[in-house]
Amino acid sequence: MDFSSSQLNLIRKDIKDNSKYKNTGLANYKDFLYQENLAQALSINFDQRILTFNAEPPSNERPPLRSSWKESLKSVSSIVKRKIPTHAERILDAPGIGDDYYTNLLDWSSRNIVAIALDSKIYLWNANNGDVNVVCEDTSKIGGNVCSISWTQDGKYLGVGTSEGDTQIWDVEQDRKLRSMYGHITRVGVLSWNKYILSSGCRDGSIHQHDVRIENHRTQTLLGHCAEVCGLSWKNDGQLLASGGNDNLVNIWDIRSSLPKMTKTNHCAAVKALAWCPWQSNILATGGGTQDKTIHFWNTTTESKINSIFTGSQVTSLIWSLDYKEILSSHGFPDNNITIWKYPTLDRIINIQAHEDRVLFSAISPDGQSVATAAGDETLKFWKIWKKNKDNRDSASSSRNHLNKENDNSSKISENDVLMSTFLNKNKIR
Amino acid sequence: MSSKKRITLSGSSNIVAEFFEYCINSILFQRGIYEPEDFKMIKKYNLNLLVTTDDRVQAYISEIMKQVKKWIGSQSIKKLVLAIISKESRDVMERWQFDIEIQKDIENENKREKSENEIQNEIQAILRQLTASISFLPLLEEPCTFNVIAYTDKNAEVPQTWIDSDPKYIKYNQEHVKLRSFSTSYHSVDAMVSYRFRE
Repeated sequence: MDFSSSQLNLIRKDIKDNSKYKNTGLANYKDFLYQENLAQALSINFDQRILTFNAEPPSNERPPLRSSWKESLKSVSSIVKRKIPTHAERILDAPGIGDDYYTNLLDWSSRNIVAIALDSKIYLWNANNGDVNVVCEDTSKIGGNVCSISWTQDGKYLGVGTSEGDTQIWDVEQDRKLRSMYGHITRVGVLSWNKYILSSGCRDGSIHQHDVRIENHRTQTLLGHCAEVCGLSWKNDGQLLASGGNDNLVNIWDIRSSLPKMTKTNHCAAVKALAWCPWQSNILATGGGTQDKTIHFWNTTTESKINSIFTGSQVTSLIWSLDYKEILSSHGFPDNNITIWKYPTLDRIINIQAHEDRVLFSAISPDGQSVATAAGDETLKFWKIWKKNKDNRDSASSSRNHLNKENDNSSKISENDVLMSTFLNKNKIR
Repeated sequence: MSSKKRITLSGSSNIVAEFFEYCINSILFQRGIYEPEDFKMIKKYNLNLLVTTDDRVQAYISEIMKQVKKWIGSQSIKKLVLAIISKESRDVMERWQFDIEIQKDIENENKREKSENEIQNEIQAILRQLTASISFLPLLEEPCTFNVIAYTDKNAEVPQTWIDSDPKYIKYNQEHVKLRSFSTSYHSVDAMVSYRFRE
């Protein structure tokens, strides 16, 4: 009771104070009246206010001698028996890569094709045979600069977000644009697929959910960030969407609601790196920017923080291993490195001096063995850091799991395919 | 004898406010919000109580108490809550709630007047109970800080240093234990602690 009444008091205050509400007109006012009536019917107490003293109490922190001593023991250790190569397996030139932290220009499909946008052209590099293709030689068809790309789960279609606020779907086999989904007013810096739903994050802080099967594609607008959305990631089960923004927030959205299920303010810089744990599905890892340099691990069920690592560098991306209980973080200023951490002990397994400039993007191969990183030094590097070891019973069993997962995926893929074709057929009929 | 003297409204307000101040100090010590070496022992209510010696904490508490005293005086405060909050997750771990009720039957002359001694004994009992409750409260495993929340009348005067807040309830696994209460002829104060239960 107390809670709802204080919430309503806040809403009242908002309505009084905030011209935004006035502009939105009747709908909100009706809501307000409705709530008022409802509150009266439930005899919620409006005669009270709940107040708090608006200052943080003095901190009780002492110089953490003990913990800093423990930290030093935690550094590079030899907990892992396998040999992790510290040199890239392959290095490709990536001239004209957009050195912009807020974009997402690299993705690796389940069909083993690496897509990377360079100078607003999307290149497809086939990891099986090394072939290079370009999506749409005529860049005017894309209309604007490419700011984000993302493969569908089946790897057949590529989602493309542009600087003009357009979200497009490309059929890479036939090299044609299937549709444009407008709605954003400015650039779309990040995309994430959940079967037939494509979520797009925009510079103005909004996230749109596009159902790509239907004509009125925008099914939901999520307004929970007040600055550019630069990270988006769907949980494996497609029920929760994690988003990170330049307002330093991490939001978790339930697919059924347009209000965030959880909002975390612990980061003190933009949150671009978001990754859901593949083996414990309610764990989310998030990494903060230059001012923050920290990775937090969240239990999204209890909405509590499980653990944190201070990495010492800007966190630009996070990838969980599919076979090992490990997570990779890629970094920008000042170290431009990549680091592999053991989970849940958070021991630093290895630190690789990966690039000469900040690592902008990373992607994992479909077999889970390699990771690709692209950096401001205009190179695209491939690292075989999670090589499968047949002797290792642990990894063998988990790789079996992985195979099962792939089977699961393939069933999803066929579903996805069907859905996509229904859209296409409809359009043809039209 | 002071015990024969009739307690005035402002006297009663002072007793309540003073009680809160010692409660907050005791909880901060007992729950380890600040290092134990930053507290000193004093004699009050015939008890040994611990109060902070840290200037910053002293100033912070007295700033809060200054306002709470005003609200008690104007009879516009209903509840005072001390919430213990995890520093990292900002989750509420513990919630110490004190309900303040105005005694309605003041006019009734037949009502037996409570002596200061009796009041002191009641307060003593609460503070003893507060100290004893540490035995059943779960250990605070993460670094915590605290917040003071006041439930006031809609029309209470609010200085700029206080802002509207949510009630800072404990979100899940809540258990609560009612503690003793005390009353003067003008106020009665009920105490309760809620905490997050860990299985």
